[in-house]
Amino acid sequence: MAYLALTPRRRPLVARYPSIAIFLGILALFTVGVTVLAEGFGIGLISTSFVKTLGKTLCLCLVALAMDLVWGYCGILSLGHMAFFGIGGYAIGMWLMYARTELIVIESLAAAPLPPTPQEISDGIATQIFGVVGASEFPPIWSVAHSLPLQLAAVVLVPGVLALVFGWLAFRSRVTGVYLSILTQAMTLALSLYLFQNDSGLRGNNGLSGLQNLPGLDAIPQSTISIVFFWASAFALGLGYLVCAWVVSGKFGSVIRAIRDDEARARFLGYSVEAYKLFIFTFTAVIAGIAGALYYPQAGIINPAEIAPIASIYLAVWVAIGGRGKLYGAVIGAAFVSLLSSWFTGGQAPDINLGVYTIQWVDWWTILLGLSFVAVTLFAPRGIGGLFDLIAERRSPDRHGAALGPDAGALREKEADA
Amino acid sequence: MLFVLRRLLAGVLMVAASGLAAVAQDTDAPIQTLLQTHAEAIAKSSRKTIGPAIDALAASGLDDAQTVLQRWQDKEMWFDKETGLFVFAEKADNKTLTLFDVAGGGTIGTAPKKSYKQLKPNSGIRSMIGAALVQFQLNSPDPLTRATALNAIEREAEASHLTALRGAIDSEENPFLKTRKIRLERLLTIRFAEDDDTRIAAIKSFAGDLGVDVRAALNPLVATRIEAARDVPEGAMPLKVGSDALPRDAAYAILVAQDDAPARVSPGALRDALVANIKDDQIAGIQVATLVTDEARADVYGLLAGEGRVAPLVTEADVTASLERFRFFATYTSAPLAVALAAQATLDDIEATVALNQTADLVLDALSLASIYFLAAIGLAITFGVMGVINMAHGEFIMMGAYTGYVVQLFVPDYTLSILLAIPLAFAVTFAAGVALERLVIRWLYHRPLETLLATFGVSIALQQLAKNIFGTQARPLTAPGWLDGSWVLNDIVSISYIRIAIFALALLFLALFLFVMNRTRLGLEVRAVTQNPRMAASMGINPDRINMLTFGFGSGIAGIAGVAIGLYAKVTSEMGTDYIVQSFMTVVVGGVGNIWGTLLGATMVGSLQKGIEWLNPSNTLAAQTYMILFIILFIQFRPRGIIALKGRAAEA
Amino acid sequence: MSALLEVSGVSVSFDGFKAINNLTFQIGAAEMRAVIGPNGAGKTTFMDIITGKTKPDEGHVLWGEKSISLLSMSESRIAQEGIGRKFQRPTIFEDQTVADNLMLALKKNRSPLAVLRFRPREEDHAKVADLAEQIGLTAALHRKSGELSHGQKQWLELGMLLAQDPRLLLVDEPAAGMTPAEREHTTEILVEAAKTRAVVVVEHDMEFVRRLNCKVTVLHEGSVLAEGSLDHVTANEKVIEVYLGR
Repeated sequence: MAYLALTPRRRPLVARYPSIAIFLGILALFTVGVTVLAEGFGIGLISTSFVKTLGKTLCLCLVALAMDLVWGYCGILSLGHMAFFGIGGYAIGMWLMYARTELIVIESLAAAPLPPTPQEISDGIATQIFGVVGASEFPPIWSVAHSLPLQLAAVVLVPGVLALVFGWLAFRSRVTGVYLSILTQAMTLALSLYLFQNDSGLRGNNGLSGLQNLPGLDAIPQSTISIVFFWASAFALGLGYLVCAWVVSGKFGSVIRAIRDDEARARFLGYSVEAYKLFIFTFTAVIAGIAGALYYPQAGIINPAEIAPIASIYLAVWVAIGGRGKLYGAVIGAAFVSLLSSWFTGGQAPDINLGVYTIQWVDWWTILLGLSFVAVTLFAPRGIGGLFDLIAERRSPDRHGAALGPDAGALREKEADA
Repeated sequence: MLFVLRRLLAGVLMVAASGLAAVAQDTDAPIQTLLQTHAEAIAKSSRKTIGPAIDALAASGLDDAQTVLQRWQDKEMWFDKETGLFVFAEKADNKTLTLFDVAGGGTIGTAPKKSYKQLKPNSGIRSMIGAALVQFQLNSPDPLTRATALNAIEREAEASHLTALRGAIDSEENPFLKTRKIRLERLLTIRFAEDDDTRIAAIKSFAGDLGVDVRAALNPLVATRIEAARDVPEGAMPLKVGSDALPRDAAYAILVAQDDAPARVSPGALRDALVANIKDDQIAGIQVATLVTDEARADVYGLLAGEGRVAPLVTEADVTASLERFRFFATYTSAPLAVALAAQATLDDIEATVALNQTADLVLDALSLASIYFLAAIGLAITFGVMGVINMAHGEFIMMGAYTGYVVQLFVPDYTLSILLAIPLAFAVTFAAGVALERLVIRWLYHRPLETLLATFGVSIALQQLAKNIFGTQARPLTAPGWLDGSWVLNDIVSISYIRIAIFALALLFLALFLFVMNRTRLGLEVRAVTQNPRMAASMGINPDRINMLTFGFGSGIAGIAGVAIGLYAKVTSEMGTDYIVQSFMTVVVGGVGNIWGTLLGATMVGSLQKGIEWLNPSNTLAAQTYMILFIILFIQFRPRGIIALKGRAAEA
Repeated sequence: MSALLEVSGVSVSFDGFKAINNLTFQIGAAEMRAVIGPNGAGKTTFMDIITGKTKPDEGHVLWGEKSISLLSMSESRIAQEGIGRKFQRPTIFEDQTVADNLMLALKKNRSPLAVLRFRPREEDHAKVADLAEQIGLTAALHRKSGELSHGQKQWLELGMLLAQDPRLLLVDEPAAGMTPAEREHTTEILVEAAKTRAVVVVEHDMEFVRRLNCKVTVLHEGSVLAEGSLDHVTANEKVIEVYLGR
């Protein structure tokens, strides 16, 4: 992104970076297009389930933005952001499940000879929700599940506080590079293993389900709900893109890229590297939490497998394939890979008959993805987003890929061009 | 007189019938006389009445008594339908019996089957006979018989055995059996002796004994019953209401059971009572629709109780008042106080010893888990620790090794041979895979650890799915050779399976191998040179490419062998690598990168930590892993460079 | 003359090797000082201790009029106190433009929230332009700094150091790999800077040291071997033996 440092009068952000306007324009067109073609308000060319897939994809793009900010711009390869995404999903899922079960329980108790007491309602909800794990009492973490505002606050606060505490511990002791990646992966693993237990209070490996049914809105068809969620996701993505662009455009972006390329030098310039990393880590964790809270009502179910380390690795894969260090690269990568992935694994891709063996993409897609990931890392470190620069012919001089900074996380010259 | 006549007659008849009588039956032998004395009971064969007959035989001291009991038990005793004389008999053919004298066992001759009736003791009687036989068996000249008898007593002891056992100790010559007899005698003394002092002495002699049999003998003695009364009687142990031993609800339940307090009305019962009293949408004059809280319901119930239509509600205050009126205490129910107290003291003592041994067992468990982690991590200690290459596909190399073992077993059915073949083959396969990975991917990414991490993740994902496509999602078995089955048992608590010992030995072997290769061979020297300063090494004529390739292959090959070992211990699945990869990295990082002793310490720490947490919370191994990872995250706070940290400039490079 | 920086009795060892041994050093508020010494004399470690990268095993490092201890401070805090450091190898942010690099170094509030809200004003742009002129990079202001030549990178780093407006500059071999003309320019910049602040130059090149025309401290095996004018120390027999004589 060209930086016009000496421009005397500052123009607005969008004017300085045409890519923002282009992105928002495409997103708006896409949203309108899908609305027109969908069943909810439009002509019904796109099925409701596909609208949901698209809406989920937008949420994945949003979390990919967060990943790009923390990894592509700040150099922290976090393998824990899908955990924050999942926590956001759990937080909203708890309210959805509680509120909906509450309605069902009240309805069923209405037929009883005595009007139900609050205790009976609460017991009824608890039995309904926790019957599958053999419990019938609310664990303490559900204590505010009845309140939408509090659970919405949890969507932001729980990932934020977790990231703050974890980040403070990790950055304070100067854990960097791959060590930090492995530590974040361990955190993710610990969280998912914890959630897999039946007495975690979140229904063990059953997870939370029925999230697509909004409490009290049973009358509204899913086709309408899906398009509303699609709008919300598109809005969140657009807003997230703007905020992220604002963060990385100014001096702050300059500082975090400096930290990425040479942490020690930034420190000797007087920048408290730990504070910046902590800020970015927490900020992106919050974005991830919000993305998750929008994603899971569209997916309908969340379980601990969604939080497993592999999910965060896929997130890194999307950003790498899309092109890290560029916001639109992250979005392109997430959209492209996740849609392609659901096309292949959904059994829609035609099998290839080799005569002796038939390649079934359901089985072979993961292998293709893994290998293409290796290929991208080796041959196209700038990812798909790098193609745009080739078109624009904005290439920096080839310096044979020497390191830009002495730190392990630094970009190499070949791939640095933002 | 008639009796004697009949016998004589029978003898004559029999001799006449057989025609070839070898020896005449000794109708006046003491054993026959004894049997005749109890003839009625024996013939009747009822469990209720047979006792005195068996006892008389056992106590007779006759040499023949044992044989009689034995053959009676074996259903080989018959009696003459006319004379009532007892004989041993074997079926010669369908209609004829060969007869033997109960006294001395000599052959009497043959006789038609129909004139004799077989004694068919049922299983109850047979076991009574068996018990009586014990005293003979305990003194049998055959040590095997004596041991069998002891086993029988251990299984099903009776008071009568005690005397028999006591009588059989002094004469015992086999020292091993003698020890067993003495031990059993003391156990039986605890259970059956009449005299309390003898019992207490026997109980005390078992202090610190780990045997399950001891606890089985002692536990019934300390059974207690909790009661409530106005005053605590002599010798009872007072209990506090609300303590762990006596929760409030349990205490009140005792009062209810003793009819000393009214039962509480459960919420369900309360609701049912209210529902039963609904009249025109009203209960006791209150609108049903207003009863939306527990308090309102209780109030209405109170009104109903006031009208006498339901049992009165027992409030918390009532419960407290009732509980305060009584003292609660526990009494020993199945032994006199002194015996029970002695048993309790001995049990406590045993408990302490058990805890000590459980700790030892836990340490062994932790060691074996540590050696598994060490095995999984040692390859990583080479590729990551020495070369600094992050290989996230390391877990998949472990998996490849395990699957190699599985495939070898498909072709080589002999388990010992197949494992011996699998180990070098697994090394070869993963060595090749490691070299390929290094040549094709990692070589281009040296000094770019994050990229290496991601690229090898890609490889890991692909390999996992490939294994799934080839071998399916089902777990495949890798069977250990027979000589690795079973475990090494130290006592009733401490034991360790041979497989775990083998894995421990393998871990030590690998440690030695690693140290030898790195410190004593040309390859190790070159590896150290290349990792410390590749350019300098290159100028000394070392080819860094070749060394990197070989080192990576070596580390991967070791992962393959570890895979075989882990496959023996756990199931082989396509996802087994992911189970170990994070722990392995943790092991290396916690121990201190670049130091094999650090890896060893790291594995020990991670292993013992996990076992320790599992011991604290045995029901939940998932939670153990969670807490272990959290602990490691915290540990890294305090020692970011691991247990054994490189210091100075080398560490900052 | 009250000292700006006072290092006294500092020792540090790595795995038994004493890199710095009971080192004592002082510098005034507006003074140029050259530090010379053979390889392994502890020059870099000495700078690491002052800038907070390495914590000494014993001794004191006191700073400023109030004599506050630097030992408990983080690197970034020390930098904010007014100690700037230039590394041996030019370390600039090659991915960013020259203007960005200078803007990054400008003396401003360094806290994340302040930086997030920061928008450069007219005078900031002017300051950057001014600095660029001083280091001769006006024409390259909007070029990516990775594209600069080695000497230009060295100057950019010096410019960033000046932008920080530090009270003490620690400069490690500023003239390495420069052409004679570039050296000349570098000398000018340093001498100019030393008029208003303290400058410590670590250098191997005697010719360059002579041109700086300042007091010289000779380090050997982690402690001060000699101190004084260049002529004075080069006449010292011990110095000749360990350093110059070879």
